[in-house]
Amino acid sequence: MNWDASLLWQFDVLIITMVILCAVAALTVRDLVSCAIIGGAYSFLMCLLWTEMLAVDVAFTEAAVGAGVSTVLLLGTALHIKRKSKD
Amino acid sequence: MKKIALLITLAVGALLILAAEDFPRWGDAHAPANDYLSPYYIEKSLEETAVPNIVTAVLADYRGYDTMFETTVIFCAGITVLTLLRRTQRKAPKAVRPRPARQGADVILQSASRLLVPVMQIFALYVLALGHHSPGGGFQAGVILGASFILLALSYDLKTMLARLSENTLLRLSALGVIIYAGIGALCLLLGDNFLAYAALKVFGFSEVMAHSHGILGVELGVAVTVMAIMFSLYVDLASGGDLDEGL
Repeated sequence: MNWDASLLWQFDVLIITMVILCAVAALTVRDLVSCAIIGGAYSFLMCLLWTEMLAVDVAFTEAAVGAGVSTVLLLGTALHIKRKSKD
Repeated sequence: MKKIALLITLAVGALLILAAEDFPRWGDAHAPANDYLSPYYIEKSLEETAVPNIVTAVLADYRGYDTMFETTVIFCAGITVLTLLRRTQRKAPKAVRPRPARQGADVILQSASRLLVPVMQIFALYVLALGHHSPGGGFQAGVILGASFILLALSYDLKTMLARLSENTLLRLSALGVIIYAGIGALCLLLGDNFLAYAALKVFGFSEVMAHSHGILGVELGVAVTVMAIMFSLYVDLASGGDLDEGL
């Protein structure tokens, strides 16, 4: 397969910027439920990044576990503890 | 305090970025990782295991031990969450309010999930069976199967779902997956080869290469069963705080 990674560097920059934005947002948001949702978005962007690096197996796992199941697990847990984080 | 933490984080981050400059470039054919073992897998994995997807061949055959203990780790994690939530006394009453009974009220949600779930489950089986040829395999298939049960539990309620797939069944299934994996390994041992050396399975009438291929499929099945059961059991326990009464 011929693959010129340099063709897609604009996508790289876009996705990495969004990943960093999501990471900062997840740290600054006080509400744990919002935090879980932002974590899901972060996982999805990471999945795009893996796909772009042609690591499709990793991307598949990230989409299923990171963006799918773990978001639900975090949400379910966040509803049982204090929703507002203190720090 | 926060400023010091920020300073430390920035310093360490800058150091890591500086150090990353010394890594071989992405996709460099002469990087140490690509020089030593990768050529062997790329050249030999297809003829040794008849599995075109090298990732699957490495994961379930060459690195079969790793994957077996990863499955065991997932099993232990599920059991730990269950035990912790069940055995710890609650200090305050449960924070989450039981959701109002809405039997038959969510027609759209329930019909949509009823349409979606069979597709998800068949796709999961497809991912499991086609792990040899395309991305995917036991782990992903197990997660998708578990997610389909979680979707059912979300759109109906936890009790309806647990009536169909009880916690006992879940725990038996999660142990069964590990037993399938370790059992295939032990079978190879009984047949006179090393643990997880699938070549021993050729006594069932396969060629040696196909024995590898079928062995991989068998252990992937074990991984999928464990991951499916543990994913759903994690959801059931975390969403109800260990009481198994109501979900999200």
